[in-house]
Amino acid sequence: MPPSNAAPIIEIDGISKSFGAFKVLNDLSFSVAPGEKLALIGPSGSGKTTILRILMTLEGIDSGTIRVAGDNLYQMERNGKLQQADEAHLHKMREKIGMVFQLFNLFPHKCVLDNVTLAPMLTKGVARKDAEQHAMELLDMVGLADKAKSMPSQLSGGQKQRVAIARALALKPKIMLFDEVTSALDPELVEEVLNVLWRLCRETDMTMLLVTHEMGFAHDFADRVLFFDRGRIVEDGKPDEIFRNPKQERTQAFLKKIIAAGHRI
Amino acid sequence: MGQWAGYLQLILDGAVVTIQLTLMGSALALVMAFIAGLGRLSRIAPLRWLATAYIEFFRGTSIFVQLFWAYFVLPLFGFSLTPLQAGVLALGLNVGAYGAEVVRGAIRSIGKEQYEACIALNLTRWQGLRKIILPQAFVLMLPTFGNNAIELLKASAVVSLISLTDMTFQAQVVRAQTGNTLVPFLTILLLYFVIASVISFAIRGLERYLTRGLDGIRS
Repeated sequence: MPPSNAAPIIEIDGISKSFGAFKVLNDLSFSVAPGEKLALIGPSGSGKTTILRILMTLEGIDSGTIRVAGDNLYQMERNGKLQQADEAHLHKMREKIGMVFQLFNLFPHKCVLDNVTLAPMLTKGVARKDAEQHAMELLDMVGLADKAKSMPSQLSGGQKQRVAIARALALKPKIMLFDEVTSALDPELVEEVLNVLWRLCRETDMTMLLVTHEMGFAHDFADRVLFFDRGRIVEDGKPDEIFRNPKQERTQAFLKKIIAAGHRI
Repeated sequence: MGQWAGYLQLILDGAVVTIQLTLMGSALALVMAFIAGLGRLSRIAPLRWLATAYIEFFRGTSIFVQLFWAYFVLPLFGFSLTPLQAGVLALGLNVGAYGAEVVRGAIRSIGKEQYEACIALNLTRWQGLRKIILPQAFVLMLPTFGNNAIELLKASAVVSLISLTDMTFQAQVVRAQTGNTLVPFLTILLLYFVIASVISFAIRGLERYLTRGLDGIRS
């Protein structure tokens, strides 16, 4: 458990975001302490994935501010005035953040090893030899060192997702975002991916934000759980409080539905 | 029979010119296709307009007229080209305009998730395009590029009108000298077909080579 008095690594202050007439995020605020493992749960369309996409700069915001490690994500100061962030600023901010996607998004024309080494070599100028050595360590950590020369099309979904995790880790981000990383997997492949997340959770001090429908895993993994509904945080607390003793009616209703669907908590 | 050997040699000389035109014209077309295709996708509006103007102009006017401009009109502005240069220029620019739309379409067909992975891995737009998007899009462009190269081969016959001694030109020479139409035109019919087959075959081989181990890109 990270010290609660540390300056937050992510500060989200009053952000709103609409897709057309649909307000996905409505005046949302929360902050995340360095090293904190956060689970974001809630019904689909509640805005939890959008939060991750905004942090990764895949979507912009309509209003509000976001600070990552003290720096404003979408605005920058120039000549004493706040301006819209340019590409160079976003590029610098993205160095701190890594993301793993629901559908893996591996590069299908590159072998597993090249998928992992590509970004460090291109964005940080790491020499091939060093990049490959680090990549092999990461692939070993996710249990896929023997697949280094395979193409993504030769891997199972669970293996692809583990490569995607290694690929994101290769850039050594401070913050990792996991967007429903097991939702697209066959049930028997879920565990191998969760095991990797579990190791990262125990063995690193990275800040991790996890959007998931695996309530049992969220309970064990997270220091803190945010329950989202209709673009707002309805409940924010320790896993035991949220899962065992939810205070809000909407949280109770959601968990009831999840349990009815056969998920373990 | 001896005289036919001489005439056949004439036609084969023409075939060499046709192949030269096709190779050089295709090379220019490929370069133009990428420049204009990427231009159409640029964030910079004037580049988009320029690319669109090029594409619409060369698709919208006849290759015949373009060739006559290159050979007969440009010299009036002080640019004199040899027939071969004029032929390569007109064919390359014309077919390049069609190719540009192929480049644009293939790039746009690469899924959003690949672009998002590039952003999440902090690649610049150019790095993502060069290392991730273009290699995947190129495979999709190949079959249509093959068609375009064959179109260019067939269109190259128009250069006989600016006195370039290509295959069609030589067939007309043989016809004029022998009075026989069937033999020379049957010969070049077969030769065009053989050259086109070689192009198709080469493109298919390249496609197979580039899609080794790949899955999920070709739809």
